[in-house]
Amino acid sequence: MEDQILLTMRNITKIFPGVKALDNAQITLRKGEIHALMGENGAGKSTLIKVLTGVYPFDNGEIHMDGVDGPMVNHSPLEAQKNGIATVYQEVNLCPNLSVAENLFIGREPQTKQGFIDWRTMNKKAKKIMENLDIDVDVTVELENYSLAIQQMIAIARAVDMECKALILDEPTSALDDNEVSKLFKLMLHLKEEGVGIIFVTHFLEQVYVVCDRITVLRNGQYVGEYTVKEMPRVKLVAAMLGKDFDDLASIKPEGGMNIGNDVVVSAKGLSHKGTIKPFNFEVHKGEVVGITGLLGSGRSEMVRCIYAADRAQTGTLHMKGKLLKARAPIDSIKAGMGFLPDDRKTDGLIGDLTVRENIVLALQARQGIFKTLPPARQNELADQFIEMLHIKTASRDTPVSQLSGGNQQKVILARWLCTHPDFLILDEPTRGIDIGTKTEFQKLVLKFASEGMSIVFISSEIDEMIRTCSRMCVMREGEKVGEIDGEITQSSVMAAIAGGDEK
Amino acid sequence: MKKRKRIKSSTVLLLITVGLFAAMYLVGCIIYADKGFSHLQTFLNIMVTNAGLICVVCGMTCVMLTGGIDISVGSLIAMDCMILAVGMGMKGYSTIPMLIFVLAVGLVFGLVQGFMVGYLKIQPFIVTMAGMFFARGMTAVICTDQVSITQETNAQFYAWANAKLNLPAFLGYTNNKGMLIVPFVRPTVIIALLVVLVIFIVLKYTKFGRSMYAVGGSEASATMMGLDVRRTKMKAYVLSSFLCSIGGILYCLNTMSGSVQQAKGLEMTAIASSVIGGTLLTGGVGNVIGSLFGVMTTGTINTLVTTNGKLLSSWANIATAALLCIFIILQSVFTLVKERRK
Amino acid sequence: MSFLKKVTRKSLFLPFVCLVLVLLINLIKSPGFFAIAINNGVLYGRLIDILNRGSEIAILAVGQTLVIAVSAGTDISVGSVMSLSACFCCMLLAGFGVNTTDTLALPMIVGILGGIFIGGVSGVFNGTLVSKLKIQPMVATLILFTAARAIGLLLNNNQITYIRYEPYKFLGNFIPGCPIPTPIIVTVIVIAIAAVVLKKTSLGLYIQSVGINNRAARLLGINSDLICFLCYVVCGLCAGIAGIVASSRIYSADSNNIGLYYELDAILAVALGGNSLGGGKFNLAGSIVGAYTIQAISTTLLAMGVSTDQAPVVKAVIVLIIVAVQSPVFREWFSRKMHSRRALAKEAAGS
Repeated sequence: MEDQILLTMRNITKIFPGVKALDNAQITLRKGEIHALMGENGAGKSTLIKVLTGVYPFDNGEIHMDGVDGPMVNHSPLEAQKNGIATVYQEVNLCPNLSVAENLFIGREPQTKQGFIDWRTMNKKAKKIMENLDIDVDVTVELENYSLAIQQMIAIARAVDMECKALILDEPTSALDDNEVSKLFKLMLHLKEEGVGIIFVTHFLEQVYVVCDRITVLRNGQYVGEYTVKEMPRVKLVAAMLGKDFDDLASIKPEGGMNIGNDVVVSAKGLSHKGTIKPFNFEVHKGEVVGITGLLGSGRSEMVRCIYAADRAQTGTLHMKGKLLKARAPIDSIKAGMGFLPDDRKTDGLIGDLTVRENIVLALQARQGIFKTLPPARQNELADQFIEMLHIKTASRDTPVSQLSGGNQQKVILARWLCTHPDFLILDEPTRGIDIGTKTEFQKLVLKFASEGMSIVFISSEIDEMIRTCSRMCVMREGEKVGEIDGEITQSSVMAAIAGGDEK
Repeated sequence: MKKRKRIKSSTVLLLITVGLFAAMYLVGCIIYADKGFSHLQTFLNIMVTNAGLICVVCGMTCVMLTGGIDISVGSLIAMDCMILAVGMGMKGYSTIPMLIFVLAVGLVFGLVQGFMVGYLKIQPFIVTMAGMFFARGMTAVICTDQVSITQETNAQFYAWANAKLNLPAFLGYTNNKGMLIVPFVRPTVIIALLVVLVIFIVLKYTKFGRSMYAVGGSEASATMMGLDVRRTKMKAYVLSSFLCSIGGILYCLNTMSGSVQQAKGLEMTAIASSVIGGTLLTGGVGNVIGSLFGVMTTGTINTLVTTNGKLLSSWANIATAALLCIFIILQSVFTLVKERRK
Repeated sequence: MSFLKKVTRKSLFLPFVCLVLVLLINLIKSPGFFAIAINNGVLYGRLIDILNRGSEIAILAVGQTLVIAVSAGTDISVGSVMSLSACFCCMLLAGFGVNTTDTLALPMIVGILGGIFIGGVSGVFNGTLVSKLKIQPMVATLILFTAARAIGLLLNNNQITYIRYEPYKFLGNFIPGCPIPTPIIVTVIVIAIAAVVLKKTSLGLYIQSVGINNRAARLLGINSDLICFLCYVVCGLCAGIAGIVASSRIYSADSNNIGLYYELDAILAVALGGNSLGGGKFNLAGSIVGAYTIQAISTTLLAMGVSTDQAPVVKAVIVLIIVAVQSPVFREWFSRKMHSRRALAKEAAGS
């Protein structure tokens, strides 16, 4: 059964304004197979799924599905469903206020002869479905009374009852605990036996090795390869995902090593935030560049958000330059000398309709307070200074920042923090979605600031970048800090630390 | 997993509403025992006075289920009453065509609002606020004075307005003059209760009704599951304005007149009744039985104030607004706590 | 960029055009429209009339602009709060239960400040519900929309309170010796204060940041909740000031009629001023121009025989047209239509 091809996607290309999300990507799904789809942020996993299920149209390529004559093009999730493809997203797409039974049958409720909804039949059928899948719920209770894990399984049950041939699970385990994950896997294996092909989008390495048969890896929108789980050791998998990006420039670190002072600038002990990051210790010295590495979802961003008080720390203490810092909101951290470049510049960084100048001076202004306004002349001065220093390509300093390209937008946000002359700067994925040339610029800037005495945290999915700039690395896995690497940092040592587990 | 007996949250909300109503009514009976508050007629009178409001609240509940709101209802009622008053009272048109016309006006009104909310995706508050001012203004355009419907101008309507349905005699009481006072309701109450029944069936047993719940629960999920969200929302507003027009007819049977100031603040009472009845402002939760008791509660507040005689009617307004405020805050706190627990 | 394009791009362009249009219509109908004369030492004329009567709307528009910009929600309670402020002020000045007086129970300044204070209290109420409890602005302000008038009525013991004390009338009419109607002066002062505050502090920048991207604003150190709260308080204060002016015009507190339909006018003014009802960047000058445009429309309607009770019909239609055109759905449909037309034109030209 395994070798019967259920679904193929070939040469799929999808271009959004300014970025090529998919570049000749492909995937093959067989009947009765659990197939992992992996890749870091920007790899194109979710775009590929959305193209398959009709959320986005695609620009090039072909999709073939068993049972559908000719190339298949889905124009909407509904059409995809009719063709036998069902998707369950991480944000469970069910209605929390309706009962379990109703959620299973919305849109196709059993009806009485007069055309009214037949609740008794619906509840009976729902109960049977749940029993078949070995899920213990009361089908008449509202969905929101059940945990996210159960809700996901109900979403899967709905998909399965609608007779899907291919089931796509998009990051289903991110919010589940171990118990719930094993229940989910049991269900998946059950479905596998029935011949359903499952695409399992995930970034949890361990889980892939437990339940999957094959793996397809994407990187930067391109297809890297398809591998069988049995033949793919962890480290090789991590290498395929993170890979060696272009870059043949020699090491840019200064000769004689980095100029790291003895003073500890930031010292965190036992900081944690419920639901996002387990208690961790963290230290940075003056002039040091520390990298935080790990796969997507391992808690890198969550850790720095906790340090910065974007998510207020619920346990532990934080000392900044030797003094205890009780930060309740980002403004406290800013006043203490921190800066934070968030990983999602669109939702967390840019104030789109405001001008380049306004975006640049905003954090400095916030730190000074509402009454000490920066005079327009000073604002222009600062804006011009950083437009020049960082080579920001903009029509003028009064252009709305939404009109700039991704790389230049990122530079604006960087400029924003440089204005405040922070002692400690957090850069979370500063080079994501940016062209190669600008990436190198950023890396060199990081080293320059470090040599001037700034302490920097650098987070990136590209290990290469971090190796070139960092003197020390924190390794994260599944929501907690699991170790540090200092001294000689090499690609293999980092990948091994990330992969963890027993080497296969 | 241990199976705990789960009490549905909707049942809890209904119990709170009924309890609140019973408590208030009891207080009235105790305080105003000497004014005859405890007679059955008082209870029935609340229903008679609020027959129109009951229909409106049914429609309001539906709209709120989809996560929207309709603040045009008071003004629409005023416009309907004015149409009826001018048409039947002044121009002498016959009853049935006028009633049909008013219902048609409600349908069109609802269509326009529904289209703007459902298909143009404009905030319901802005659309229905414009509708509110439009209808209120139109009332004045039709006629700026108060117009009455009398027995001379339209005997049929007059007869309907004064019709009584007497209840069994044993429920009555003998007053201090020795006469047997038999409790009664008006046909308007029967119509209102019928409307409640019909909407109850629609909400529980039809696809349209359930889709309103789904849209209010999670619009994104409803879309993913294949429901036509835009159409559902539009239909909800059409239903609301249509029911509002039915309510307008019943209201007119009560007041037998039309004026520019009529039904001022009715939208607030309708929203309050719905919210007290257990409808969540965020959508997805609510039912007409609870809303019916919500109307009884706000009606009781009004009766308590008028029975007192010394309190200004403004107090009823303030009490209703205060009750609404408390419920809204409770709902919001409840939601915030739930979010944090996640 | 051609001169025409430059002019049309300016944010004040559309509001100005609307205002000019309405004024032109009036000019056509009554040629003496722009005439200004001085009678009895004070300015007279239709234009002066518009500036005078539009004062309350302009004052309200200042507060409403900030509220809409910061929260994408509207404060619908402003008309009722005007009434409440007026009633509170008159109650203070006349004494509770007194329905007409020509001497003051308390100094006039106490009454006036009291009225403005009540407006502020209403703003605090609304602001707390919206920024702290995260209740939808529409619903939160709906409470005072009904209750405020009723409370005002109670404060005045269910009557209209008359203050027949000459100086009280100055605020809504004329200060002896000054040819300019006082409401215009009050409006200028309010706008001036707003302009100074917005220019000299970063409040304007903060409001826009919070309105455009609340999350990002918080991450860079802005106290989003506080900024949102402040805007509602300011809106309440504006309603208080407008209420006192309105009350002074008729030297009384008529709970049922003061501020009637003014919330619609205020929102319309902001929309006509080129501000998006979805929040974010705002243009205060545009709202002011919009406010006087609304007043001009009201005056025009009155001249055409449309009473104040009937005018809301026209205004409601205008609001609906503006929000319909502003809606993203319409914009997308329109740009697609333009696109296909241009494509067809290109094809036709090419062939």
